[in-house]
Amino acid sequence: MAQIFHPSTNTFARATIFGAAFILAGAAAAGGMFVRSSYVTQVDVVRDQPVPFSHDHHVSGLGIDCRYCHTSVEKSSFAGIPSTEICMGCHSQIWKNSELLAPVRESFRTGQSLQWTRVTDLPDFVYFNHSIHIAKGVACESCHGRVDKMPLMRKAHAMHMEWCLECHRHPELAVRDKADVFKFGIGEEVSQGNPPEIIFGKPNSVGGVGETLEPGRTDAEGQDTPKYASHGEELVKRYGIVTKQLTDCAICHR
Amino acid sequence: MSDQANKSAGLELPTIRSRVAGTTGPQFWRSLEEAAQSPEFEQYLHREFPMQASEWHDPASRRNFLKLMGASLALAGVSGCTSPPPEKIVPYVRAPEELVPGRPQFYATAMPQGGYGLGLLVESHMGRPTKVEGNPEHPASLGATDAFAQASILTMYDPDRSQTIFRRGIIETWDAFVTAITREVEKFRENRGAGLAILTETVTSPTLANQLQSLLADLPEARWYVHEPAGNRNAREGALQAFGRDVDVVYNFRQANVVVSLDSDFLVGLPGSVRYAREFIDGRRVSVDAGRMNRLYVAESTPTVTGAVADHRVAVRPSQVESIARSLLAAVRGEAAQVADNGSADWWVATAAKDLRENQGAAIVVAGPGQPAAVHALVHAINEAIGARGRTVNYLEPIAARPAQEGATLADLAEELHAGKVDTLVMLGSNPVYTAPGEVNFTEALSKARLRIHLGEYYDETAFLSDWHIPAAHYLESWTDLRAFDGTATIVQPLIAPLYEGKSAHEVISVLAGNPGRSAYEIVQEYWQGRLGEQDFDRRWRKAVHDGVIPETEAQTVNVQLSDALAGANATSGGSQLGDGTVEVEIRPDPTVWDGRYANNGWLQELPKPMSKLTWDNVAYISLPMGERMGLNNGDVIEVTIGERAVQAPVWLMPGQPDNVVSLTLGYGRSRAGRVGTDIGYNAYKVFPAQGAWFAQGKIGYTSQKKLLATTQSHWSMEGRDIVRVTTVDKLRQDPKHLWEGEHGHGELPSFYPDFDYSKGNQWGMVIDQTACIGCNACVMACQSENNIPIVGKEQVSVGREMHWLRIDRYFVGDPAEADVETYFQPMMCVHCEKAPCEVVCPVAATVHDSEGTNNMVYNRCVGTRYCSNNCPYKVRRFNFLQFSDETTPSLKLMRNPDVTVRSRGVMEKCTYCIQRISHARIDAKKSGDGFVPDGEVVTACQQACPTRAIVFGNLNDKQGEARKLKHSPLNYGVLAELGTQPRTTYLARVANPHSDLPGPKAANPHEHVAEKDKAHS
Repeated sequence: MAQIFHPSTNTFARATIFGAAFILAGAAAAGGMFVRSSYVTQVDVVRDQPVPFSHDHHVSGLGIDCRYCHTSVEKSSFAGIPSTEICMGCHSQIWKNSELLAPVRESFRTGQSLQWTRVTDLPDFVYFNHSIHIAKGVACESCHGRVDKMPLMRKAHAMHMEWCLECHRHPELAVRDKADVFKFGIGEEVSQGNPPEIIFGKPNSVGGVGETLEPGRTDAEGQDTPKYASHGEELVKRYGIVTKQLTDCAICHR
Repeated sequence: MSDQANKSAGLELPTIRSRVAGTTGPQFWRSLEEAAQSPEFEQYLHREFPMQASEWHDPASRRNFLKLMGASLALAGVSGCTSPPPEKIVPYVRAPEELVPGRPQFYATAMPQGGYGLGLLVESHMGRPTKVEGNPEHPASLGATDAFAQASILTMYDPDRSQTIFRRGIIETWDAFVTAITREVEKFRENRGAGLAILTETVTSPTLANQLQSLLADLPEARWYVHEPAGNRNAREGALQAFGRDVDVVYNFRQANVVVSLDSDFLVGLPGSVRYAREFIDGRRVSVDAGRMNRLYVAESTPTVTGAVADHRVAVRPSQVESIARSLLAAVRGEAAQVADNGSADWWVATAAKDLRENQGAAIVVAGPGQPAAVHALVHAINEAIGARGRTVNYLEPIAARPAQEGATLADLAEELHAGKVDTLVMLGSNPVYTAPGEVNFTEALSKARLRIHLGEYYDETAFLSDWHIPAAHYLESWTDLRAFDGTATIVQPLIAPLYEGKSAHEVISVLAGNPGRSAYEIVQEYWQGRLGEQDFDRRWRKAVHDGVIPETEAQTVNVQLSDALAGANATSGGSQLGDGTVEVEIRPDPTVWDGRYANNGWLQELPKPMSKLTWDNVAYISLPMGERMGLNNGDVIEVTIGERAVQAPVWLMPGQPDNVVSLTLGYGRSRAGRVGTDIGYNAYKVFPAQGAWFAQGKIGYTSQKKLLATTQSHWSMEGRDIVRVTTVDKLRQDPKHLWEGEHGHGELPSFYPDFDYSKGNQWGMVIDQTACIGCNACVMACQSENNIPIVGKEQVSVGREMHWLRIDRYFVGDPAEADVETYFQPMMCVHCEKAPCEVVCPVAATVHDSEGTNNMVYNRCVGTRYCSNNCPYKVRRFNFLQFSDETTPSLKLMRNPDVTVRSRGVMEKCTYCIQRISHARIDAKKSGDGFVPDGEVVTACQQACPTRAIVFGNLNDKQGEARKLKHSPLNYGVLAELGTQPRTTYLARVANPHSDLPGPKAANPHEHVAEKDKAHS
């Protein structure tokens, strides 16, 4: 009986068996890239909103504080979306005939709420609390990015759990002075040339504005040995952040 | 299923008795199966679920199964490729001033229970009421609640509630109703209301009473009738006999050293019970200081929770209670000759009387609402004789408003209807077609009226037979006012606008009074404008609404004079004699669905009854010897006949039940309750006496049927040393450490696992006082409400899949055949082991320790291996075998606690120590300080609901904390601590206070108990 397979099939078989490893690895890599792609994570995707509200204009242009509109960000888990009344506080005086603001006036007149589309949405089994992050020196821009540079609102980070854990494991890299929590662009002057977002793993990129000092050394003016390796660690201590507790599952999941 | 139904068929009393008698030491048993060590029980003990319970019972074939699986796999692939649908954020147009989005608000209101108000604080999340708590300022609540109040939130969101106005089954509008009735009203104005009858339940609302009275003043020929199915008619008549006038009785248990209950379940069954339970238990709290402890004597028939906490309980036929009351009266008056022979209760009567006499002015005797008027009158005489009046017992002006005319009962109304004297019948919030006693024959009577108007929360039996049905607003949806058991008035404020077209009784009466278009708010406010005073009214009104109590509205104390007829009461009979084949049948409201008004509440239906642990059914309780004599076993259906009427009920052999007494409960057998409560159980109203006592002589007969009953008493059985520990207060005083003889303190056992460091920050712990636990189930309901716990239905309960995180284990001690078995309650939920067996076996680390000592369950990580549950010696983990949480019904979505994940199929869950509450408190503490949460800042849902404060939770690192203090009580022990689990929830041993003349609890003296048995055997 003649052989069913031609000898060249052997080569083909070897190639496929050997290649399978690459194919599987490639598929895994593609899968990984896919779930991290903005198609899935919706990062930088602008959503349709009833009014094309510009954070760029209101924050950078007019200098309005975050808390003017997001009123409960220091008190509650939810930062708060402004009521129509807050919009109308100004827009009954300025731009009061603007076509773009017609839905706001309509809402105010009829008593029907504006319906915004959520841009940053965590899964329902994650219980995120804005107020405690604000109270412990985590800035708005740490999670929401350079909102002051966003003419239309978009998500700045994928908000994967590993990303949350980077701070929860190393809060000293993320906390800043409470006075700077609502400010934007802090720390960028230190890391010139980097994209305008927080880079983890680099001491002081956010927490330490200014000079880095290793323990056991004196600074330029011959002052005492600093207590902390970085400003961030000092802040962690000052704010009473218990790092070990931050990775308890029940901190976010319940 | 049939295996389940027949599982107790092999039980024989002699076997059980010999097994129980043969063991050494007190044997705690939960069910007859356990007492007999039957194979069925072994299964519950060694397996988590009975054999085959994990099989798929659905009739779906394998082919269907594969089809479904194929589809779900395909869909799983698809759903993985998309991101969740975009969510909307809908802000306010004008934000309310006080509201911070994401933080709950609490509003004071009150819940009507049998007409009386229980003061509440209701948690609201952005306009959605989600959880009910007690109002600490309210005299009936003192901050606690009962199971009914906790479950009322489900009724409010019940999708089966009546949603629209019906005229003979056709949907109508409120305007059409107003127009139609206004025409009738004109007619009644002409004939002074002749032919108009109004039927209400107990009315304590001052505004409604005022409206009714002014309506009746306008229409003097109109009649008002009151029907409260499980009301206090006997107590009222008793007061009339004793004092010649109507009074309400209130008790001050805090001052009482001795309490005698004559068939009264006063810890759960009365309008003031939540407060009474607190005061009574406060008088027996010996965990830290064993100085003073009250003593409770109970004479009752079917076992109740009050009987279970008694120091001396005697089981008697209900008709024997009168003789016991007479004997007690004679004995406390020192007329020994008058003391009748009460058989086995003689010792009880003698000792109770002695104790009452020694505690003049510090004792209370309470009569049960089911006892005839004569017993109530006798009890008034006893209380007078022991100097209770003005000290421990007070008589008040009646709280409930009543019709002026004589004869205002449902039976009188039926008579008038039959006589054709009622043209128009208005039924407000009552369901008489279902709740009318059989002998009244109300259904036929109702057909005699020309126009029938019904206001009710459900389209129920009465609504079906009415011309007009108006959906009633739930108490959380409408303005009204209520008075508590002591008369204190509360403005009932709504937490939400009516979900459906609910109207209140105020609005309906207002239409009848020819005044349509007025809202309940206007009506209630106008009434109080006259009472609180015009001057500064706005402020006073706001304060009254805010506080939930209106000051100085308590009922006036009445100075009563005992009538001469009772001065010399003769003791005669020892209870009615039972003829051949005759038994005594007693009927009482059901402990979980009460008189049937909560029948469509799934939480309450699935709530195990405190004593029998049955769910989803009512039964006929009989004693074991009676069952053996008659060849009846659990689930056998018998026919119970009183007079000419009969009901068919499944039998339940109840340890502690007196012989020859059949106990039935009301509330079931509904034909139109809704999809939850319809057609389950039997309707005991058919044989409920229309007048007088709630018991009568009857006969029982056999049927060939058998019914599956779902009881949880054997579920989650534990095995180990001294799970329940019992002692007496005398022993505690002599040697506080005696419970620890030969015992290693828990926490001293070596462990292979590393220790956690809790020296800084918080660490949580709980102590449960078994002396204080009355088994009332308030905690179970509170937990269900707080933690979004689903119900599973009767079939699933019967295979042990109920989801309650918190269960109350009920243990018996003693010979199951004797009526003197002792009952012990032990609330059991995750004890948050420091060395937790569940944590080390989870392959995906879905259950882990946190740095404050709690054992967390991470739902999103759980893959459902159930190893944790297999490894839990306390059997407190619950698995979602099916999709138990209803994720589709819109109204139920509103009800859920937004701070707790709604779990889906395939996920394990368990008590979390209310981690959401801990989390809120911790965040607040970290924002304002160093994160230290002082004791008392975190109150768990079960702790908050508990009327007796049996559950204490707190920060063990707080040196001033109560939980920490109780952990050092000599009564403190860890259940199964011998396993080295180091439970964070520990228990305080149950302490009894027996009288020295009588034997103490069998459970308290293991060695003596064994000796006695040895004597008996030799």
